[in-house]
Order: sequence, then C-alpha cells, then structure tokens
Amino acid sequence: MVMSAVVEEAVMDAPYGVAEPVRTIEHAAEEINGSFSLTDVSVAYGAETVIAGVNMLVPTRAVTALIGPSGCGKSTLLRCLNRMNDEIGNVRVGGTITLDGLDIYQKSIDPVDLRMRVGQVFQRPNPFPMSLYDNVAFGPRTQGVRKRDELDAIIEEALKDAALWDEVKNHLKKHAFELSGGQQQRLCIARALATKPEVLLMDEPASALDPISTQQIEDTIAELKNMVTIVIVTHNMQQAARISDQTAFMLRESMDQPAHLVEVGETKRMFTNPDDRRTESYITGRFG
Amino acid sequence: MKVTPTDMAGRHLGRTTRRRAAEAVVRTLVYAAGLLSIVILLAIAVFLFVEARRSMSEVSLGTMLTSTQWFPTGTPKIFGFLPLIAGSLMVTAVALVVFVPIGIGAAVYISEFSAGWFKEGMKTVIEFMAAVPSVVYGFLGVAVLIPWVKETFHLTSGMTALTGGLVLGIMSLPTVISISEDALHAVPDALRQGSLALGNTRWQTIYKVVVPSASSGIFAGVMLGLGRAIGETMAVLMLTGNAAVIPGSVFESVRTMTGTIAAEMGEVVFGGLHYSVLFSVGLVLFAITFAINLAADLVLERQRKRWRR
Ligand SMILES: Nc1ncnc2c1ncn2[C@@H]1O[C@H](COP(=O)(O)OP(=O)(O)OP(=O)(O)O)[C@@H](O)[C@H]1O
Ligand SMILES: [Mg+2]
Repeated sequence: MVMSAVVEEAVMDAPYGVAEPVRTIEHAAEEINGSFSLTDVSVAYGAETVIAGVNMLVPTRAVTALIGPSGCGKSTLLRCLNRMNDEIGNVRVGGTITLDGLDIYQKSIDPVDLRMRVGQVFQRPNPFPMSLYDNVAFGPRTQGVRKRDELDAIIEEALKDAALWDEVKNHLKKHAFELSGGQQQRLCIARALATKPEVLLMDEPASALDPISTQQIEDTIAELKNMVTIVIVTHNMQQAARISDQTAFMLRESMDQPAHLVEVGETKRMFTNPDDRRTESYITGRFG
Repeated sequence: MKVTPTDMAGRHLGRTTRRRAAEAVVRTLVYAAGLLSIVILLAIAVFLFVEARRSMSEVSLGTMLTSTQWFPTGTPKIFGFLPLIAGSLMVTAVALVVFVPIGIGAAVYISEFSAGWFKEGMKTVIEFMAAVPSVVYGFLGVAVLIPWVKETFHLTSGMTALTGGLVLGIMSLPTVISISEDALHAVPDALRQGSLALGNTRWQTIYKVVVPSASSGIFAGVMLGLGRAIGETMAVLMLTGNAAVIPGSVFESVRTMTGTIAAEMGEVVFGGLHYSVLFSVGLVLFAITFAINLAADLVLERQRKRWRR
C-alpha cells in the first residue's frame, strides 16, 4: 500500500521531544489498521492554547491510556482523534494527526466519515431514548444497512463483543433507560462497535460506575483490543496499569502555559521505572 | 412536644415537630391550589350548563348538534350547530397546517442552529409576537391577507376559511415555537454528541435523535397551539366572512363557534332562547377543547410510561 510508506516516514521524521515513540509494542507501525501518529499537535480554545507540542504514536490493536491531572487536556486531545472538537465553536487544532497515514485534518476528509472509523464512548452512559435494539442498530442504519437479518447479525455480534449479549438477548425490545448504569455503558460500547470502527476512544468510561461494572468494562476492553485500537482516558492509576499497553502522561505545569506530554511509553515500564520524576510522583499519587 | 431520638451530642435526629408542621402547611397550600383549579373548571362547566338548560329543553341538544342550518333570527328559528362546528374545525385545520411545520422548523432552527445574541433576539421577537393583541393580527389580515387571497385564488371575496386559518396559524406560532424550543433545549447534549460520534451529520442527529427525544414536549406545544387556534375569536370574526353555512372548501366563508358567540351575544334578549342556545354553543366548544386536552394528556402519559421508568 502507498500509505505505509507515508506512515513510516512520519514515524521516522517526527520531531520527538521529551516523548520517545514506543517501539516495544508489537505491530506499532507495521500494521496500518487504526494507528494514529500525532506530530506537534496543539489545541487552542479561542486565544488560549491548552495543549502544545504533542508527539506520539497510537499503536494498533493495543490500549493506550491517557493520564494526567484534571484539566490537563486529556479529553481535548482525545476529541482531536475523531474531530469531535469541530463541534465545539472556536477550537483550533495545529500540527498533524494521521490515521493509517491519512491526514485526518486535510480538507478532503469529512469528519462524519472519520467518525465511522473512530468511535467514541463517553464518560457518562448516553444511550438514546429508544430500545436496546434501535440503539445498537443506530450506526449501521446510518451506514445504510436496512435488511433485518443483516442488522440482527450485526447487533448480536456487537452486543457479544461488549459482553452484554447474555444479559439482554431476550429483551432487545426493552427501553435502554431500563438498564443499569453499567449495562448502559456496555450498550454504548456495543453501539460504537456496531459501526465496525478501527479505533475506539473512551473518555473515563468507568468513572460513573460501581466496582463490579468497572470490572466488566475492563474485561470487555481486554477482549476488544484484539479487534480495535483503544485510547482510554482514566484517572485511575491502577486501571491504567491493568488494562493499557502504552501510557501517555500529560501535564499542565502552570495555567499560563499549555499542557504537554511529559512521557509516553510502555505501561509496564512507566509504572515501574518512569523516566521522568514528575511521572513518578503523579503515578504514586504525590500530586494531581 | 413529641421528642425525637437524639444522638450522643444531644442533637435531634429525624424531623422536628416544627419542621413537620411547616411541611404540613405547605402541603395543604399546594393541595388547595391544585383543588382550586379543578373547582374553577367544574364551576365553568356548571355555569355553562345552567345557562344552556333552557335551549336543551326547548330545542334539545340532539337537534342542535345534528341540524345543518343556523337561522337564529329567522321564522322559524333554526339552531343547527353543524355549520359552526365545521367552520371552527376547518379554520383550525388550516392553522394546524401552517403552525406545525413552521413552528417546529423555527424551534429547531433557534435551538440547534443559532447561538448568542441572535438566538436571544429571536426568542425575544417570538415572545413579542405572543404579546400582540389578536385584533392587531386581524387588522393585518384585513389589510394584507384578504386582498392577497382574493387575487391569488380568483375569488369574489377574500374572506374565507383559508384567510382566517392562515392568521390563526401565525398567531399560534409563538406558543408552538417557545414550547418546542424548550423541549429541544432540554435534550441532553450527550445525546447529540453520541449521535455525532457515530458518524451522523448534524441533520441526521436532529431528525433521528434530538427531535424524537423532544417529541412529547413538541406534541404538547402543538396541542396548546391547537387550543389557542380553536378558541381564538377576534381575528376569525374579522377575516372569515361569517357565513353560517357548512363550507365545501377552504375558499368559502365560514363562521366559527367563537365568532358566533361573540357576534350575537350583544344582540340577544338576556335569558331568552337565543341567549341560552349560545351557551349551548359555548358548552360544545368547552367539550371539544376539553377532549383535545384529554387526548393530548393520554398520549403524553403513554409516552412517558414508555420512555422513562
Ligand atoms: N469547550 C471548551 N471551551 C473552552 N475551554 C475548554 C473547553 N473544554 C475544555 N477547555 C479547557 O481546556 C483545558 C483542558 O480541558 P480537558 O477537558 O481536555 O481536560 P481533562 O484533562 O479532560 O480534564 P478532566 O480530567 O477533568 O476531564 C481546561 O483548561 C479547560 O478549561
Ligand atoms: Mg476529561
């Protein structure tokens, strides 16, 4: 493929600062199926630049965790990856973000198409006020799937992948609001999976849930990473350590300068032997 | 005074007697307010019924409701409500065709596509529209709409059900728009985000998620608009020509129930038969609006049951 050359070039030439690209994780740059490359990414809300100089790779079929103190721009960075920032007025994204070598901010890219490839799960479960079935069928229907048996198959698969199938297979006509919070969140994961995305972005997907539901979501994520690239924002250090392959630590050191990426690397190493002192103190809970 | 259990520091646990008394007072007041509105409603019905009793015994409700002619001052006098009911329904139907699409469209535009001072400006203008007296809308209709309808449709008179209905539609717009806008505004942003993140365009998001989520509120707005249209008096009196004949199309002159009551009440003998018949018309109008509201409530209740548990 033509794009792979572009990816490799981007990877090799990217001007990395503090953050070293991860090369330890398998298929990091070789496979071109849902891997992001961020080069000198910055984001400004109006006149205020909140993130600057972010360079990192998001490897395919692995879990990347974004950690950092509240307000350091994790959600903002996450929203760059599916261009949900476009929906907020007055946001400027600088630098380059490529998905499998394709610049997702170039003019010819329609964010609507991008979002079919890059799904998102939000902090609070946000099922639509309709049946379980219609919730999961929502994305496929947008993509033009109309046949009942086709939809049935997609929905079953998505619900199985989200580890919700066994609980709801006999109640697909039930209203989504009748589910528990944890079930609703897994429904939202199924809904995102039904469009067959290559990447799944998750912004603190378990922060509104009880420990058992959290455990179920984490198990689901562990299963899912065989199918999709996952980028997850979390405030829970243990969770990041448990579920992610790569961790990126962001920090905004003072309010008059933008946040930056302090360190990015393999999770195991980051949590045992971080390069940066600030990473260490954040992980061990000394600030943030 | 009843003593409530105390904790180790001696503080009262649970509710104190004083707080309980205050609660009881508030509960009684709220209860009384609710009861009062029911009492008022019943009082209106009873009052209408008492005044209408003479017509019911002398003409009979069945005759009034089935007779197709309205000659209250002819010999013999004929009191048939069908032309009036047909007139009201036709004018209201025209209004509905006007205010449903425009009202919902405007609400969607204000809620989903405008922002900042423009949005506030629009809302102020809509509120102002609601405050304009209906006789002014009537003037507008007389000056602009009557000649326009006459010319456009090549009619001998521009005073038609269409003319009245168009103005009623415009008059009902503020109600429909502001209630629908509130309903759309109340749809959580998280649902919009969820839809966009699934690769829906803004339009798809609006018609597949936002509007359905707000549908009960929008429905309530439409129902209130309907109530406003069917009860409006002055504008229809000025614009519809007031011929008490069952209309064959919207291009004919009609006379509504409200228009009839308003126009004839001043000329009848107090306590006479005609007077009493007009109260029967009022009773029918009351029953129709009551039925519409009841139906709307049932629909809303069913939707609430289905959607929020
Ligand atoms: N829509 C917005 N408009 C203006 N500024 C914003 C907006 N969203 C976020 N910001 C600012 O951008 C900065 C980063 O916010 P962001 O929500 O990305 O942080 P976060 O790391 O996700 O925080 P948290 O952990 O609390 O969710 C904050 O200073 C915030 O005030
Ligand atoms: Mg956040």
